[in-house]
Amino acid sequence: MINQNDTLNKIKKFSNATRLNIIETAFKTNGKSAHIGGALSIVDILATLYGHILKINAKNYKNNDRNRFILSKGHSVLGYYSCLCQIGLITKKELHNYEKPNTFLFGHPVKNRDKGIEFSNGSLGMGLSLGIGLSLAAKKRNMNYKTYVIIGDGECNEGSVWEAAMAAPKFKLDNLFAIIDKNNFQQTGANEEIMPSLSLVNKWKEFGWDVKEIDGHNIKEILDSIQQNVKPDKPRAIIANTIKGKGFSFTENNNSWHHNILTEKMYLNALNELRE
Amino acid sequence: MELNEKNISLWSKLGSRATYGLAILELVKNIEEQLIIVTADTSTSAGLDRFKKKYPNNYVDVGIAEQNGIGIAAGLASENFIVFSSTFTPFQTLRCLEQIKVNLCYMNIPVNLVGLASGLVLGDLGYTHCSIEDIAVMRALPNMTVISPADCGETSKAVFAAAKYNKPTYIRLTGGTNNEIVYKNNYNFEIGKAIKLLSGEDVALVCNGTMVAKAMNAAKQLNQQDIYPSVYNFHTIKPIDIKTLNFISKNYKLIITIEEHNIIGGLGSAVSEKIVQNGSNIKQVFMGVKDNYLISGNYETILDKTGLNEDKIIKEVKNNV
Repeated sequence: MINQNDTLNKIKKFSNATRLNIIETAFKTNGKSAHIGGALSIVDILATLYGHILKINAKNYKNNDRNRFILSKGHSVLGYYSCLCQIGLITKKELHNYEKPNTFLFGHPVKNRDKGIEFSNGSLGMGLSLGIGLSLAAKKRNMNYKTYVIIGDGECNEGSVWEAAMAAPKFKLDNLFAIIDKNNFQQTGANEEIMPSLSLVNKWKEFGWDVKEIDGHNIKEILDSIQQNVKPDKPRAIIANTIKGKGFSFTENNNSWHHNILTEKMYLNALNELRE
Repeated sequence: MELNEKNISLWSKLGSRATYGLAILELVKNIEEQLIIVTADTSTSAGLDRFKKKYPNNYVDVGIAEQNGIGIAAGLASENFIVFSSTFTPFQTLRCLEQIKVNLCYMNIPVNLVGLASGLVLGDLGYTHCSIEDIAVMRALPNMTVISPADCGETSKAVFAAAKYNKPTYIRLTGGTNNEIVYKNNYNFEIGKAIKLLSGEDVALVCNGTMVAKAMNAAKQLNQQDIYPSVYNFHTIKPIDIKTLNFISKNYKLIITIEEHNIIGGLGSAVSEKIVQNGSNIKQVFMGVKDNYLISGNYETILDKTGLNEDKIIKEVKNNV
């Protein structure tokens, strides 16, 4: 039997590698601005998914029974690409070619099944609806795969998120997981200032979801929130309290890192902080 | 889908919406494992109540939430279900337009959209429920195919053709109950291939939807006055049939496009975009809604006021030949 501590350590390592890949890729854009804050806030969630839960690898990633992942907050793409690199679906060279000429890795995911990118995302508020389609398909075909969708708290401003939130419990999709990255910021400011999100826990509960609220940087809490038995017929919403820019002193809770340029000095600082 | 005397007459009486429901009830027979029908609280309006009862597992009602409906339809289609989504045209097209762009067109996921009661048939309900913009808008989306059937038989043919086509497709349904019959016999329907219904050399009447029957009636009256129009059914607006347009621009001096749609962006525009590049001297006259929300009211009244009836077609032909 695998000791849970081993699993947690494995995910933690995966997570550190993802952080490193994100800042390396951002730095190698040679002075281009990149979405860094929102990529860093979901690193621990992504690492739990790609490092343990999804069980997707270079051999099985096109199988019909693979687990599905949708990055509805498509701008956090640096985290997504880093994970695909770490499981061997894209090479480091391809990763570092991000947003350069002839790349297939753009500032928002562009569907590329050969590289494990399941859907094109970037226009907010659409991913959960797609996820419902995938989950319904699994139910209709008696397949066991699960669908995981990461949504931003700013993204929850979009009305279409709530159309989807309303529908998933109706269709009894206990194979669907919506993970809400509650980092309390959106593009130009704090949620509180731009559009208050009030209690996301209460909202998702009232819409009929089985809701867990967790520390989105505590690997054990993330893992438990996904693995605890689902309530029959209920989709699960995980409200993950996170820190935008998590992992580096100069990016944490500093919303200028929503989309910003990583200088060489900052990059070297970040490397030092990662080593500590 | 074979046409016969019985179904042609029945469908015409019921109108294009109920015909859609009946076509789906036929279609499901061979592909029950693959077919999913999505609606947005409009099962009755789409003639799908029998389908809903008989095939509950193939039926997904998303409630009055069309944006979500498109995402769900795309998710199912990406898992290789054959998916049709239908509701009233404004809500099946414009309300969820960006979802259509991203989920269907950008990712090239083959969902079939069916716009119910398009054009002016719901004039009594006001222009919130009419649709004179849908072809223009859907046509501007890369990867989207746009079809406007001429009668109920063609509606059924279009549904069957779209199910096999495996591309994002929009089918626009026009006309009310007692929908005029254009095709009295079975015929070959192919997406992207226009059909010449009447041969004459004085003018090419290029039309689709309900305007095909009106053009045919007008042409027959014109024949009695020694004016001989050809009538072309351009049931597919995108991809437009370039071969037939090339033929028309070489062989006629006058083309009149007739559509139950705004003259901006619809069939007339699609035709002129091509023929203007042929270097021919053909003149084009655009008949359609003249870029306005004219009046609400009874269907026939609106058509008359808009200038979409047999008399106006005859007048335009005589003024221009």
